[in-house]
Amino acid sequence: MNYNVDEKGYYGEFGGAFIPEMLYPNVENLRRQYLKIMAEPSFKKEFDQLLKDYVGRPSPLYFAKRLSEKYNTKVYLKREDLNHTGAHKVNNTIGQILMAKRLGKTRIIAETGAGQHGVATATVCALMGMECIVYMGEIDIARQAPNVARMKMLGAEVRPALSGSKTLKDATNEAIRDWINNPVDTHYIIGSAIGPHPYPDMVTRFQSIISEEIKWQLKEKEGRENPDYVVACIGGGSNAAGTFYHFLHEKEVGIIAVEAAGLGVDSGESAATSVLGKMGIIHGCKTLLMQTPDGQITEPYSISAGLDYPGVGPMHAHLYKTGRAEFIAITDDEAMQAGMELSKLEGIIPAIESSHAFAILETRKFRPEDVVVFNLSGRGDKDLDTYIKYFKL
Amino acid sequence: MTAILGTTYSILSTIIMNRIHQKLREDKKLLSIYFTAGYPSLNDTVKIIQDLENNGVDMIEIGLPFSDPLADGPTIQASSTQALKNGMTTSLLFQQLKDIRKSVSIPLILMGYFNPVLQYGVEEFCKKCQEIGIDGLILPDLPLDVYQEDYEAIFKKYGLVNVFLITPQTSDARIREIDEASDGFIYMVSSASVTGSQDGFGNSQETYFGRIAEMNLKNPQVVGFGISNSETFQQATKQAKGAIIGSAFIKFLTQNGVPKIVDFVKGIRK
Repeated sequence: MNYNVDEKGYYGEFGGAFIPEMLYPNVENLRRQYLKIMAEPSFKKEFDQLLKDYVGRPSPLYFAKRLSEKYNTKVYLKREDLNHTGAHKVNNTIGQILMAKRLGKTRIIAETGAGQHGVATATVCALMGMECIVYMGEIDIARQAPNVARMKMLGAEVRPALSGSKTLKDATNEAIRDWINNPVDTHYIIGSAIGPHPYPDMVTRFQSIISEEIKWQLKEKEGRENPDYVVACIGGGSNAAGTFYHFLHEKEVGIIAVEAAGLGVDSGESAATSVLGKMGIIHGCKTLLMQTPDGQITEPYSISAGLDYPGVGPMHAHLYKTGRAEFIAITDDEAMQAGMELSKLEGIIPAIESSHAFAILETRKFRPEDVVVFNLSGRGDKDLDTYIKYFKL
Repeated sequence: MTAILGTTYSILSTIIMNRIHQKLREDKKLLSIYFTAGYPSLNDTVKIIQDLENNGVDMIEIGLPFSDPLADGPTIQASSTQALKNGMTTSLLFQQLKDIRKSVSIPLILMGYFNPVLQYGVEEFCKKCQEIGIDGLILPDLPLDVYQEDYEAIFKKYGLVNVFLITPQTSDARIREIDEASDGFIYMVSSASVTGSQDGFGNSQETYFGRIAEMNLKNPQVVGFGISNSETFQQATKQAKGAIIGSAFIKFLTQNGVPKIVDFVKGIRK
């Protein structure tokens, strides 16, 4: 079984490029060029250098002693929260800004939900002196004020998405419309492992540094490259894609993807796409998608803005369909408790997205000798308001 | 026996239903109008179609509303959102249109995004179109290669003309490929834009219209996006066979209501 993208842009039956003709020249040009550009020695050198000196890679692989004792298994944390800008998102934006430069583009657009990808994009645009426009749902702008301020300080223009539900999916629609209106000078930096081919594969490759490092770091600590399990939270699925990538074809490694159940999978307020989704087309790719029987895309819900997406990357849809990955849905409450627990036991305040991943320790049993690597995709600073309100701190 | 009858029936119906081909043969510039089904009110669909035909419109694109219309500007987005709020669905649209051929004879084309069609079932959708007397489909996010591999045979079986888009950025080679794959007309997007986002045509459009005209494509071209009045209609159809008006018509409906359709069409055809 192949879990990587095939030459036509599909993961099994998922993926492809379902785009209007207006986007075809840009997407097709990217498709023809991206692997070639990524393989250029000068590209690799610049990418590696920036990841090291600017982002602060490699991110540590940390043995969480107290968490391991509590759950009687060996828990490792991949510390993506220690990256510059506070999350894994920057791995991809560094890669894509270098790609955009080589494609001769001078103007960058991006979508953002909670603002993490927007901040990571604004950051690399400042670094490269490029014009940056970030689309963000009007509702998200109101509830993520600190990230909006960060983007502005970094020189980006934040444009409100006023259509539909005024959240991430609508911000993505607005970014796509911008690209249609500006086909010549603009590159669209998609933040998740979604969108038309080659985006899911390109984003996955830029994020795959996570699993590449886990391999040699684990070798140093445990004497073996492969853990028994890798665990990551999943919205669109970029941090999960990077965490899983180098283990996809390692049969002895169990892959666990943790979705946001919101108020509960059956509550009507959820973002558990693997359970609630059906094959459909969103933002240019065929994947599992939350929708009405009539094919209208529905609004997901999660306390964590980063997991609040009605679809899932096509690679993950394929991992689910083939049974290669185990999917677990975690509610708001379970995630919040797990976030508090990690803070108390390890002195690390995680992003609520990442908290979803740790929450499986309560119910998913591992053996004492199992090595379980969790991707700690981001830090919790941006979520302090939510933590304060929830725990009445 | 059944199979043979089925084939014969489908060939016959293809011939009978080719209203698009007949219309394209007429010696005139075609005025085509797009509107969103279920807007302004849920049950306006049939009345709008009848009024457009009665006032001399040549062809109609009936928009199937979608929650995430990523190639559309604010006007069509808003009409789609309202239509969905009004309760429009694919099944309901088919229900509304079931007797449309008793009163309307101009070509009718359904235009929308691919996901609702996929959920309805592509073959079931096409079959329903044939039963009603729909002549063609425009699905901007159904790409050429996927259409050819998976759906062309089904569309043809039910006598449906599939219309592809080209834009000023489309390469000559790809335009040739699209021309080869088309059997009706080519939807020529006037500029790099979503729907309804510009007014008036400039030099770059003139150059583009000229370039396409010189290619001598086998399919006639109908220009869409950015046509809002008599002047832009004239400009767009100087070389092309016809033009499609969408956002401007929806704006008009919002401001003036269905009973005034006659004024809108007169304004274009003056």
